[in-house]
Amino acid sequence: MRPVKLLLRLLAVTLSLTAVQAQALLPIQEWQTADGARVYFVENHDLPMLDLSVHFPAGAGYDQPETSGVASMTNGLLRLGADGMSEDEISRRLADVGAQLGGRFSTDHAGLSLRTLVSLRERRQALDLFARILSRPEFPAAVLEREKVRLIGALKEADTRPDSIAAVNFYRMVYRDHPYALRSSGEVATVEKITREQLVAFHQSHYVAQRAVVALIGDVSRAEAEAIALEVTRGLPQASGAEPPLPPVPELTASAARVIAHPASQAHILIGAPGITRDDPDYFPLYVGNYVLGGGGFISRITEEVRQKRGLAYSAYSYFSPLRRPGPFLIGLQTRRDQSQEALKVVREVVRDFAAGGPTEDELKAAKQNIIGGFPLRVDSNAKIHEYLVLIGAYRLPLTYLDDFVRKVDAVTVSQVKDAFARRVHPDRMVTVVVGADEGSKP
Amino acid sequence: MRLLTSSRAIAFVFALIALAPAALRAAPEATSEQRLANGLQVIVKPDHRAPVVVVMVWYRVGSIDEINGVTGVAHALEHMMFKGTRTTGAGEYSRIIAAAGGRDNAFTGNDSTAYFALLQKSQLDLALRLEADRMANLTLAPEEWAKEIKVVMEERRYRTDDRPRSLVYEQLMATALTAHPYRKPVIGWMSDLQNMTVEDARAFYRRWYAPNNAVLVVVGDVSPQEVVAAAEKYFGGIQSRPLPERKPQDEPPQLGAKRVTVKAPAELPYVVMVFRVPPLRDPREDWEPYALEMLSAVLSGNSAARLPGNLVRAERLASSASASYDGLARGPGFFYLSATPTPGRTASEVEQGLRREMARIISEGVSGDELDRAKAQAVAAHVFERDSMMSQAQEIGAMEISGISHKTIDLQLQKLREVTPEQVQAVARKYYVEDALTIASLDPQPLEGRRPAAPPAGLRHVQ
Repeated sequence: MRPVKLLLRLLAVTLSLTAVQAQALLPIQEWQTADGARVYFVENHDLPMLDLSVHFPAGAGYDQPETSGVASMTNGLLRLGADGMSEDEISRRLADVGAQLGGRFSTDHAGLSLRTLVSLRERRQALDLFARILSRPEFPAAVLEREKVRLIGALKEADTRPDSIAAVNFYRMVYRDHPYALRSSGEVATVEKITREQLVAFHQSHYVAQRAVVALIGDVSRAEAEAIALEVTRGLPQASGAEPPLPPVPELTASAARVIAHPASQAHILIGAPGITRDDPDYFPLYVGNYVLGGGGFISRITEEVRQKRGLAYSAYSYFSPLRRPGPFLIGLQTRRDQSQEALKVVREVVRDFAAGGPTEDELKAAKQNIIGGFPLRVDSNAKIHEYLVLIGAYRLPLTYLDDFVRKVDAVTVSQVKDAFARRVHPDRMVTVVVGADEGSKP
Repeated sequence: MRLLTSSRAIAFVFALIALAPAALRAAPEATSEQRLANGLQVIVKPDHRAPVVVVMVWYRVGSIDEINGVTGVAHALEHMMFKGTRTTGAGEYSRIIAAAGGRDNAFTGNDSTAYFALLQKSQLDLALRLEADRMANLTLAPEEWAKEIKVVMEERRYRTDDRPRSLVYEQLMATALTAHPYRKPVIGWMSDLQNMTVEDARAFYRRWYAPNNAVLVVVGDVSPQEVVAAAEKYFGGIQSRPLPERKPQDEPPQLGAKRVTVKAPAELPYVVMVFRVPPLRDPREDWEPYALEMLSAVLSGNSAARLPGNLVRAERLASSASASYDGLARGPGFFYLSATPTPGRTASEVEQGLRREMARIISEGVSGDELDRAKAQAVAAHVFERDSMMSQAQEIGAMEISGISHKTIDLQLQKLREVTPEQVQAVARKYYVEDALTIASLDPQPLEGRRPAAPPAGLRHVQ
């Protein structure tokens, strides 16, 4: 049985701008463990492998300013000593079965991912390690000290890079007192002070069974998937299933700009503001509209004006990064430092025009053709489908999210885009960061 | 976008993947290979897991084929391949692919230039028609060139000039090699870009873009018959052309260790060592390339490997350390060792650490357990790779460009699994010799005149 493949074929038939069926494109199975962990599963027997992840609301957004970096360090240390096994032993056992273990860490979420062969010996050993690492990490003090030294070196290195300096300053200016302003790995001054007790406490309070989201796709049956979901969540700390609070994000009330000197040959420019949440009612008009503005690769307005017409940059783009609280709307480019004024002027004009006038009918049509016509490419591998399961679980999106996606993109109109941009994107209230422009230049 | 990658990096990734695990329940459908009358090689790998198709055209031409004064022309031409043909305007290729729901891009390496599109399978013909069109009918308009070469110079600033480790790598190869063209950066030297003309690109296009110098690789929900028929329809009318003679430009023997230092704004030092090794040439008879692949895997192929285990975790000397082997190449192969010291330790100390690890392997060899672990990684990685049509297409293309038939992929995994600890020790001993080394290090410089990146106390408000 190859349910995914059959349904993808169905998708190819039904996929036209007008006729998308109500039938589920992806047979996602969902259930809860006795503890309350939510499980999302797609059965697919094409390849003898399994992708599994477990994550929690435990990302950098849950850090406090004075202990910034604890969330990330907790995640990074999970695999460096657990349940009586040293980091070397864990590494050896994983490598012995060819398994790939990865940390998942983002603004809102944190957890672990595993890719393993499903043959019995390989699968058993990999899953056993995964469950023990996730639920019984030891955070050895000596390992923590070493990792702090490594991270501090990396932070100091990042602070010499123009792209990193730009991003750090951009987030601080856009989010100010909100935790989204914090650098996800922490700052040198806060990382120096991280203690083992803080990691133990963060794990205990955030890696909680009741808030776990388990996403699986691969060559196992429903019964096996149920057993796996249980195995990897059973030993987790117990607590309330309610997500920890995240403060609201205040809107910007005025524009703000900062020019930071740097010897690089290019100026790195970031412009933006708080944007949208995952469940924002304007999500689709803004998403489709942004394709026209700066998301559509080689055919967006920003790329056209900055790169194709003027040769000012190799890469120029805009995107919305939807989060639990409004994630950033961001425009970025890099250009030879003496051209930064010109590039800023061009990109600001493009944004102003678009925010005021929206896309043309032709532009919207082209955007829909690409997004809808390219839909099969979004779900053509287990890895990609797995990421959708993670997304649906993380933000409690409906199981029909992928089916609705095509329909909702198709329903977007020019006036909706125009209206949404006019209400949500304010070119006169944005943060601008320029790193590498000559001192004294005006942003 | 218009990605630029070193084909060396690609080669390294693909060299590790090879295989035929017993774990496979259903063998994948056979890959088909044919050659059109004009010399175009057509390779089709059916994969029916999703209704999509990957179309790649690989030209057997890269920076290795450039001459002094016009370094970077292979990559600049790659950019111009999106700037119009006799029947399509500048940028129209991407607009048409996008309207069909597709994604496109391209990359240039030392050995090859490759163009690809990912689409719904119903758009196979469209992708082939556009690729055939730009193989034969490129416009190369001077006004488009004038803008695009500026984009390429921005790309060089972005990828190399402002990235200290890219500069280290660039200097490493320019120092390690004297005669062989691998000494030149794929992106080209800035002065060459500043003085390049559209006629340089046109000459390069006429010289190398011919069906008999290309490989069409298609992976997806298609049959070999339909792909070959469509390829015949669109590419069949393009004439084959005699290709210029390719001179070997062999590197003379190295007569002693070489060393180069790069000073650039950074915090931590960084060290890379390189020595020449044989690339894969005869998948059946060769054994050294497989042993070198396993040597790199034992050193840093997984988190239990020696460099992360000893230098990073146990000795706490390095923040990171790794080894890699480029075994798929038209020119010589290379083995790299690199490391970043932890704060407070020096480039010299971490270099000595890398040297100690190599010396230990030469004197004591490697264990059967370590080798088995490296093999387990290779077997699993091959299964995992089948999840992505794009990586399957890339693997096939990269092999064919290097003169290795994709049909030997299974054989290569078998050979990898036959490597013995003695062979790993033997290749380390034979090729890692003092006089063959080139060592490049980054000497970090303070950022002059940079304001501290403190919280934005006094925001300046404008307009």
